[in-house]
Amino acid sequence: MSVVEAKVPAGFVPVYTRPKSLSEKRFTYCPGCHHGIITRLVAEAIDELGIQERTVGIAPVGCAVFLYEFFRCDFAQAAHGRACAVATGIKRANPDLIVFTYQGDGDLAAIGAAETIHAANRGENITVIFVNNQIYGMTGGEMAPTTLPGMRTVTTPEGRDVRITGYPLRMSEMLAQLDGPAYITRQAVFDVRHVQMARKAIVKAFKNQIEGKGFSLVEIVAACPTNLHIPPVEASRWVTEQALKYFPLGDLKVRD
Amino acid sequence: METGIVFAGFGGQGILLAGKVLARAAMEEGFEVTWLPSYGPEMRGGTANCTVVIADEPVGSPIVDTPWILVAMNGPSLERFSPRVAKGGLIIVNASLVSQKVERADVRILLIPLNDIAQELGEPRCANMVALGATVRGLGLFSLDPVLVAMEEELGTRGREKLVEVNRQALLRGYSFLNALR
Amino acid sequence: MKVLMRGNEAMAEAAIRAGCRCYFCYPITPQGELVEYMARHLPRHGGVFLQAESEVAAINMVYGAAAAGARTMTSSSSPGISLKMEGISYLAGARLPAVIVNVMRAGPGLGNIAPAQGDYFQATKGGGHGDYRLIVLAPSTVQEAAELVMLAFDLSDRYRVPAMILADGMLGQMMEPVELPEPILPQMIPPKPWALTGAKDRAPNVVSSFDLDPYRFREILRALWEIYREIERNEVRWEEYETGDAELVLVAYGTMGRICRTVVRQARREGLRVGLFRPITLWPFPSEPLRELSHRVPVLLTVELSAGQMWEDVRLAVEGRAKTPFYGELGGVVPTPDEILSEVKRYVRG
Repeated sequence: MSVVEAKVPAGFVPVYTRPKSLSEKRFTYCPGCHHGIITRLVAEAIDELGIQERTVGIAPVGCAVFLYEFFRCDFAQAAHGRACAVATGIKRANPDLIVFTYQGDGDLAAIGAAETIHAANRGENITVIFVNNQIYGMTGGEMAPTTLPGMRTVTTPEGRDVRITGYPLRMSEMLAQLDGPAYITRQAVFDVRHVQMARKAIVKAFKNQIEGKGFSLVEIVAACPTNLHIPPVEASRWVTEQALKYFPLGDLKVRD
Repeated sequence: METGIVFAGFGGQGILLAGKVLARAAMEEGFEVTWLPSYGPEMRGGTANCTVVIADEPVGSPIVDTPWILVAMNGPSLERFSPRVAKGGLIIVNASLVSQKVERADVRILLIPLNDIAQELGEPRCANMVALGATVRGLGLFSLDPVLVAMEEELGTRGREKLVEVNRQALLRGYSFLNALR
Repeated sequence: MKVLMRGNEAMAEAAIRAGCRCYFCYPITPQGELVEYMARHLPRHGGVFLQAESEVAAINMVYGAAAAGARTMTSSSSPGISLKMEGISYLAGARLPAVIVNVMRAGPGLGNIAPAQGDYFQATKGGGHGDYRLIVLAPSTVQEAAELVMLAFDLSDRYRVPAMILADGMLGQMMEPVELPEPILPQMIPPKPWALTGAKDRAPNVVSSFDLDPYRFREILRALWEIYREIERNEVRWEEYETGDAELVLVAYGTMGRICRTVVRQARREGLRVGLFRPITLWPFPSEPLRELSHRVPVLLTVELSAGQMWEDVRLAVEGRAKTPFYGELGGVVPTPDEILSEVKRYVRG
């Protein structure tokens, strides 16, 4: 599928072009989903740092399962939750590579919690992009470990009852307790200012790896309008009004 | 020719080491050999045994129905393994720790106060080597020389000269014990 | 020069000599000596030794290292191998070469740590999900264990199919003299143009077992099964011992194979015409030579440390041309040669 590039009229300078690290493949994310923004930010960071030719990405199982089609760099597809272990294997085998994982909340915080915690604790010199949209998107909107109390999902039709299924898991806070990680931060992309902040955080997380500082994780609180069953603008508002109450933004750990 | 030797006792009595030294000596003498330990969740303090098979063709089964020699370093080992010893075989009993009688008339029995001898030598832990010395003599396949070399290699020489020397004495005592008996 | 080594240690040393430079593990008995040996020796060769948080993580680290083009291995014992099965299926699907050592113990469940052969089905019939095979090699001596580890790396690289060494607690724990194979030279490892090394001056490489299009995925799997057919044509290995005039042939692999060798010797001493057929590759299974044998040998007695798993492959190969009785022990109990010999005597008389 090729993208038709708009013709630039004489005298005009294009300021918003496709990052070099992205392929021509059109994203498969739903309209209004924050994944699209985040995927693009990762590509921009790779471009900015000039590391495309030595970057290896790990695609998760979840909404970003096709990630390897979107990027112009080497990619491994990991089993659900195992991205940090796969990244460890790649990075240890070839430390010259820049290795990143891109995982959702089900992948990273439920089935892959052990792999994530231990990679962080080892201070594995990798970059982790963690998209927290409080739901299993691809499989049809089931409860995630990050699902908010009272939030309706297909597996909590009456809303998440914390007495039955526990509380939203604050993965970044947990990881920030460990001595291993170099950088743990929580960002969002619901408006331009936050997109720019998230972009800076992602660049920093990759730069840390280049400088050998160790495990860096950027959590991004995102919206899934499809499974919230609300329009994209409302979904963004939902992030600010609901999700951020449980997942406050900001740096949780910065080791310099 | 295929000869099985079982060393058995408490964990910590150097059972596995005695077997390893014998296996290594047999290998250096050009025999085919296997050493098979019992292994369990206990690191120390449980029961331990190992089986060494020495042969002149590749060893098939590393476990033996009827060992030719049994070294019983404690009472439970004697009870467990003595019924299996081959007719005409040899049972070396640690007389320091074992009081019960061996109910076998068709095997040779050698009572050695292994721990007392080790104590005399000033190293209680070398009872296993006294037993091994007697085993080598009873086996009659090769002299004690390769066993002395194998023991040194197993123990390592770095800063352990004293230990090697006392184990050497232990092997010699065990070897000559059977001699004296005859 | 021969050295006295445990099976577990010999397999570790052989892996290093085969050029394995990335090893990931999780502790479990009875393969602990393999882990310890790697921890001591692999870093000295510039290799990566990493104790993972679980078997699941360890096999996925293997997946990553293999994707990066390294010769890589993991080892475990039965319950741990069950946990690795997810990752093994992914390795097979993504066509990644890797070596997995299973030092089998008795199961199901936690079972115990005594030697057993109850993982034959798991190793040879898939084990994980989906349509795939592993190359499965079953050593019966410490010497053979070292040699088959070297072979496992070669075959796995050549066909891009993961290879499993199916050993057991007895082989892992026992010591035997071993003549270690010469280390391979780095240039002997085949080039891996598919590996993830950074997309510099080439199109990006993708290591994946994923394709949503059934027709396209079918073609990928058809190609994979072509490879499996090629392996079946080229890589079948087995050993026959005293089968020439045999009236009964024992069929046994691994530890049971060597114990049956003693049974053959004892039987022959008593004038019984008994032989041994020992599969070395469990997949591909030596069906053809076994079929040949069934034309002239009236009884093929399968002996396993299981309730009869390889036995099914034996019967499939023989297709009723000979009697195919079974003798096995369960729960980690290892039959002695005498016990097997009494079973043999039910079928042959001197």
